[in-house]
Amino acid sequence: MLNVLLIPALPLLAAVAILFAASPWLRERASRIAIGAISVSFLLSLVVLLQASGHEGHGPLYEGEMRWLTLGTTDISLGIMVDNLSALMLVIVTLVALLVQVYSLGYMHGDPRFSRYYGFLSLFTFSMLGLVLSDNILQLFIFWELVGLCSYLLIGFWNEKPAPQLAQKKAFLVTKAGDLGFFLGVMAIFALFGSFRFEEILAGPKLALIAPAALTFIALALFFGAMGKSAQFPLHIWLPNAMEGPTPVSALIHAATMVAAGIFLVARMYPLFEAAPYALAVVAIVGTVTLFMAATIALTVFDIKGVLAYSTISQLGYMMLGLGAGSLTAGMFHLMTHAFFKALLFLGAGSVIHAVHTQDLREMGGLRKDMPLTFWTFLIATLALAGIFPLAGFWSKDEILLAAWHHSRPLFFLALAGAFMTALYMFRLVFLCFFGAGKKHGHESPDSMTRPLLVLAVLSAVAGLVATPLFGNWFQVFIHGAHEEPSVWLMLLSTLAAGAGIGVAYLAYFRRAINVAVFTQAIRPLYVLVKNKYYVDEVVDLVFVKGSLLLGRVLAWLDHSLVDGAVNAVASVARLVSKAAALIDTYLIDGAVNFAGWLTRALSRVSGLFDLYVVDGAVNLGAWLTGGFSSLLRATQSGQVQSYVMVVFAGLAAIAVLVLFGGMI
Amino acid sequence: MTLSAMLFLPLAGAFVVAMLKRERDIKFTALAASGATLLLALFAWLRFVPGGLNFEEQYTWIPQIGVSYHLGVDGISLPLVFLTALLGFLVMLYSWKQKERVKEYFLYFLVLEMGMLGVFLALDLFLFFIFWEVSLVPMYFIIGIWGGPRKDYAAIKFFMYTLAGSVALLLGIFIIYFKASPHTLDIPLLVKLSPLAGSLPLAGLVFWLLFVGFAVKVPSFPFHTWLPDAHVEAPTGGSVILAGVLLKMGGYGFIRVVLPILPEASRQWAWAVAILAVISIVYGALVAMAQSDFKKLVAYSSVSHMGYVMLGVSSAMALSSPEMLRSGVTALNGAVLQMFNHGIITGALFFLVGIIYERTHNRDLNKFGGLDQKVPLYAAVMTVVGFAALGLPGLNGFVGEFLVFLGSYGIQPLFTAIGLLGIIIGAAYMLWTLQRMLLGKPRVEYPHLEDMDVRELVVLAVLVAVMFMVGLYPAPILDIINSGTLAILGG
Repeated sequence: MLNVLLIPALPLLAAVAILFAASPWLRERASRIAIGAISVSFLLSLVVLLQASGHEGHGPLYEGEMRWLTLGTTDISLGIMVDNLSALMLVIVTLVALLVQVYSLGYMHGDPRFSRYYGFLSLFTFSMLGLVLSDNILQLFIFWELVGLCSYLLIGFWNEKPAPQLAQKKAFLVTKAGDLGFFLGVMAIFALFGSFRFEEILAGPKLALIAPAALTFIALALFFGAMGKSAQFPLHIWLPNAMEGPTPVSALIHAATMVAAGIFLVARMYPLFEAAPYALAVVAIVGTVTLFMAATIALTVFDIKGVLAYSTISQLGYMMLGLGAGSLTAGMFHLMTHAFFKALLFLGAGSVIHAVHTQDLREMGGLRKDMPLTFWTFLIATLALAGIFPLAGFWSKDEILLAAWHHSRPLFFLALAGAFMTALYMFRLVFLCFFGAGKKHGHESPDSMTRPLLVLAVLSAVAGLVATPLFGNWFQVFIHGAHEEPSVWLMLLSTLAAGAGIGVAYLAYFRRAINVAVFTQAIRPLYVLVKNKYYVDEVVDLVFVKGSLLLGRVLAWLDHSLVDGAVNAVASVARLVSKAAALIDTYLIDGAVNFAGWLTRALSRVSGLFDLYVVDGAVNLGAWLTGGFSSLLRATQSGQVQSYVMVVFAGLAAIAVLVLFGGMI
Repeated sequence: MTLSAMLFLPLAGAFVVAMLKRERDIKFTALAASGATLLLALFAWLRFVPGGLNFEEQYTWIPQIGVSYHLGVDGISLPLVFLTALLGFLVMLYSWKQKERVKEYFLYFLVLEMGMLGVFLALDLFLFFIFWEVSLVPMYFIIGIWGGPRKDYAAIKFFMYTLAGSVALLLGIFIIYFKASPHTLDIPLLVKLSPLAGSLPLAGLVFWLLFVGFAVKVPSFPFHTWLPDAHVEAPTGGSVILAGVLLKMGGYGFIRVVLPILPEASRQWAWAVAILAVISIVYGALVAMAQSDFKKLVAYSSVSHMGYVMLGVSSAMALSSPEMLRSGVTALNGAVLQMFNHGIITGALFFLVGIIYERTHNRDLNKFGGLDQKVPLYAAVMTVVGFAALGLPGLNGFVGEFLVFLGSYGIQPLFTAIGLLGIIIGAAYMLWTLQRMLLGKPRVEYPHLEDMDVRELVVLAVLVAVMFMVGLYPAPILDIINSGTLAILGG
């Protein structure tokens, strides 16, 4: 068990040591630490593969788990499971990772973030190994996401430039869109099976009891996740941009890690897919559409890595077709052979780019003589990819074609056309790059870069033989427990298709007997459509990127104007009411008070006037009258004091009467 | 006594601070008081026995109206208590360089800490409400005094908005009180009495009254617009506490009060809560994407992330049959964990905003760039926190989110599926933020940027460590939460 645990643990430890190292001593030795760790992991993986190969009986070779959390009374565990499928993947992943890391010694030499690069590579490898070893779908999902993170970090490794920034974000988000499907599938699995463990889902009694519709839903949801990671149409758009990362990273992504994850997911859940034939049919159709579409695009691309990127998409389509057509072996077999020759192609392309400092095929040519090692290994990989006997790709592609033939004729013929195009676009690349007049002078790359090429060339040549009668159909028996008889006429047919592709490429790009410009002019609308990659990027950009951004802006505006506006309106209304209240307060209530005051003053003034004119006037009138009377009386009387007193009394009496009557009223 | 000590240590600290003159003494006292509180919280965590209430204290207080001083923690409140104590302490540490009106600053934060702890510890609705209001006032002053240019507007908006919620809350509490016989405000007792059982219209009214009170705090769409303003204007420490702890009081209210006391009304209205939750998730994320002010972006992301909490709560509310118990428990576990995680992550994000704002006096994301080269340590921490926020497995954000969705799927699959969109929109705005801040060529406007100093690094290292701990091995915290949710959902 410990030896299995060490396989992912060593790269993880290397990553942690490199990335979190405060000491420059450790950082300077980053590449040695990483390569040492992955070497040991590779050797341990080989041992595990040998053990698995000799392992008789049912069930996994290794199993072990620990509790991760508890939900209610249900324990959720993380664990490790090694069966034949994961044993095979362990070797592929560690081998390609090892070769890529050795290659990077030369390729990344002198990069200011050299140590960080090796840290990320180790983390990437760890994540993929963890994914492969998972004994449950939740853990697989967790590592799946970590794989996504690592590819994000590595695609955008040179993030001062805008293109890698865009590419890394695109890769993360497009695959994340697929992950929503995966997530949905994981939730549905838990809801129906009450467990995440593969053993209980795939080998338990429940699989037969669950409604086919539910299984189809789960399978399709999971497949949507696989479409994201394994770059199936229309979620393939991130992969061509992903070449913005350092070229060895592309090799790793295209061969052994990232894109292999989706194929592996379907392979891992294969019993569930088999129980959901509709879902399996969808897998086959999506795979075929992808392989055909990507192959046509690859014919029109002039970026050397771009051709390889679309080639990867196309080959992933083949793998999905194989799986969808009902052959687990075919899909996994092509995954393995493709890992070797595609890693070789990318590393070879890296060697070319390293030498001529351009990625444009139109600026290359004649490099065959300058870089013989690169050329010959590249040629082997190209032949393998084109499916030429007896190289690796020949065997694996034929397995897929055979499965497709039994599954559906239309899909088979599309796949056959794809085989023709594969040979065509690959030899177009080879002729443009290595033959013809040299426009730039190259030089062979250092040993650290060419040696991995040699190893991969050998593997690309012979790896296919493990699935031939020569080795007793070891591969088919190992993965599926049985094998199908190969069909000779189909082998001939596919070789014919590949040969035709090479022939056309030879005539068009070497002999120049076919004028490509005239041809493309003749089919101009179609050519423009393909050249623009069927406008999938544009549609996705418009609908999802620009669309959601616009929606966000509109909502932000609404949030500000409407939702917050309502709040502020409430506040404004409250303020308005309070202002009105203040006005009422000022004018009405205080006005009333003031009015009362004013009235009082007015009244007091009136009463003052009254006092002055009426009361006092009365008094004065009294006095005047008195005077008048007195002068009258003076005439009659002789001006006595009594007459004054009488008048005063009369006045008092009048007031008394007034007051009395007022009181009575 | 542990809980009372925890509760009144910050207050004692505030009293001492009030009497001190020298700034150094004040800062040291505040740090010591919140540090001691944190130690007590840690002690409570270590001594906690899963299942039921721990460290319970009850004293009669106002027997005439059946009010008692009743404290206790269970699996739901303990993580939030710890979160409060942790962020409280880290804010004091971060604010070491505070220069303006130092005494008041630390005084308010200490009183605030007590208020928040009180909300999570109180087991009597009267006490709960008092602490609820106590936490409101210091935050008002923190925004109003140390805030940005529009601080008056923001502070008043914050205060009035939450106060309006409080009025609804108080009304609801009144109805519960008068329907209970005997009249009581004791939460465990009310759960047993279930005073509104069988009277659905009235229970519905109480439900919505409490809903408004708590939803304003969460904040749930459409009651969220106070949050961006409050965050943008609040000083760093205020934002950290506001997003990190105050919002959780709303979510906690739903789980502690609404769900167990009003189970029937909860079941009846769960769909409405779920719809608002899903709107909050998607809408908050979309609006966040349109922001260029870093603080506003985090504020709207909080609306979205608290939407996950509400989705989990609504699923627990909708729980109607025993077969679904595991889903309900899972969803509620997710909701509580998501509250804890959001506190840690958003706290860290606001610290990071503060750190860079202090150096550049800029929060506009379009005016950053290339920080990865200028301040690599800051960039590394920012990247980790960003990925925690977008729910990367291995970090804490994933676990909470995952459990909310996993549990909710078993109860309301459609809402859950729509809510999933929040994940990808969240990833989009977070990655875009990282890109705009950290990647590309360094800006000429800031030729001399200093990387984080030791004090800032310690603050963030603690938070990042928690992110990794919960993300890699969630069992320790989830076992505690699980015991609480099982008890509430009657498992």
